[in-house]
Amino acid sequence: MDTGFLWETFLTLLSGLPLTLELAVTSILAGSALALAISLLAVTGGTVGRTITGAYVFVFRGSPLLVQMFLIYYGLGQFRHELQDLGVWGFFREPYWCAVLALTLNTAAYCSEIFRGGLQAVSIQEIEAARACGMSGILLFRRIILPIAIRHALPAYGNEIILMLKATALASVITIMEVTGLAGKLIADSFRAFEIFIVAGAIYLAIIFVVTRMLMVVEFWLSPHMRMRLQS
Amino acid sequence: MAPIDSYLALVGFGQTGWGWLLLTAAAMTIGVSVCGFLAGTVIGTIITFMQLSRHMAIRWLADGYTTILRGVPDLLVIYLFYFGGSAFLGSVGGLFGYQGFIGMPAFLTGTLALGVVSAAYQAEVFRGAYRSVARGEIEAASAVGMRPWPKFRRIVAPLVLRYAIPGLGNTWQLVLKESALVSVTGLVELLRQSQIAAGSTRRPFEFYLMAVVLYLVITWFSSILFRRMEARTTQGIRGAL
Repeated sequence: MDTGFLWETFLTLLSGLPLTLELAVTSILAGSALALAISLLAVTGGTVGRTITGAYVFVFRGSPLLVQMFLIYYGLGQFRHELQDLGVWGFFREPYWCAVLALTLNTAAYCSEIFRGGLQAVSIQEIEAARACGMSGILLFRRIILPIAIRHALPAYGNEIILMLKATALASVITIMEVTGLAGKLIADSFRAFEIFIVAGAIYLAIIFVVTRMLMVVEFWLSPHMRMRLQS
Repeated sequence: MAPIDSYLALVGFGQTGWGWLLLTAAAMTIGVSVCGFLAGTVIGTIITFMQLSRHMAIRWLADGYTTILRGVPDLLVIYLFYFGGSAFLGSVGGLFGYQGFIGMPAFLTGTLALGVVSAAYQAEVFRGAYRSVARGEIEAASAVGMRPWPKFRRIVAPLVLRYAIPGLGNTWQLVLKESALVSVTGLVELLRQSQIAAGSTRRPFEFYLMAVVLYLVITWFSSILFRRMEARTTQGIRGAL
């Protein structure tokens, strides 16, 4: 194998890495916030809340992310004048923000199911114990329910973060030159698909390796009660 | 004309409608997904056997396969097969003195890429299912004197399949949605056909919306199908309870 070519490819692809990470981080943060709101609505909103959130989750989990991205980027472009009147055309004109929006809405659907599961897994005894100590409302939610729910949801949430890192590759199809976009361009130019695949794949695997280690640290940090049991 | 009428004229089955083309493309989406999924089942089964192997090197190979293919964007795998396949066909052609460009057939690219990717997921599903088969059932089969192959075919494989069906259902939904990525190779499946229609009518919103609806219909139907299959294969369990 031609090491010079591999190194050059590596440097080229590395220049797309900030964009990949930016897309992933922005949409994971926004998506998680949205997902929290959706899952709270699903748990506390009664039948209406469940129907609305159920429909949202069905639509965004049942159709391909790439189609959602096209619908937002190309589809909403058709309503240019209406969007200009609303003053949001600047947002929808940029492929970057359209990709972020599509990724956010998509991950919110998956994450809301994860969070809902986490919230519903908080046992009633734990809530009763907190109430017995006089906790209620936001304090109860912030200090008891949310941390326990996060602990339950973390493994599935970690998977979702990894899926999102990979999903940012789809942004390349709407002209964004992140790692996969650059790789696709290089492959089309040089036809050396295998070498470029190896380099691009190694970059993604490296990010995912780092992220999984970070998640393990968070998991360790969030479950002191499990640690105590292991030490004794 | 009311907006809803003009919308139906666009995506419906009338003279100006793209309905039939969209439905044909949806059939292509299902076709490439089914082929990719089945290819994935074959490769996934081999990977599962490798994961359960006694030899460490073979287990490592299988683990490497699942780690890499689950950790790399599927779009990259499609590029690999599409451009790599064309380069490979070109060099084979070169051996026979043909110097021109030989394109990789898009359907084959889709089947291979979806198969290789979904195999990694299916292998994990099969391995998990194999682990949940109670040892006692396999021992019972040995105890009544079944030989290894009949034991595998009549006892182990059906049990593994039963436990694997929910996981396979998830993988199938994944493949179905990933098949939209194959549109980058020019295969006229649902998304590509919608792109073509959107381009020639300058009405992208209507067509991508229709694509979303058609994908939802397909995923919804397949979830019903898998739930039925699950119900059928667990009949014995329900009877025992």
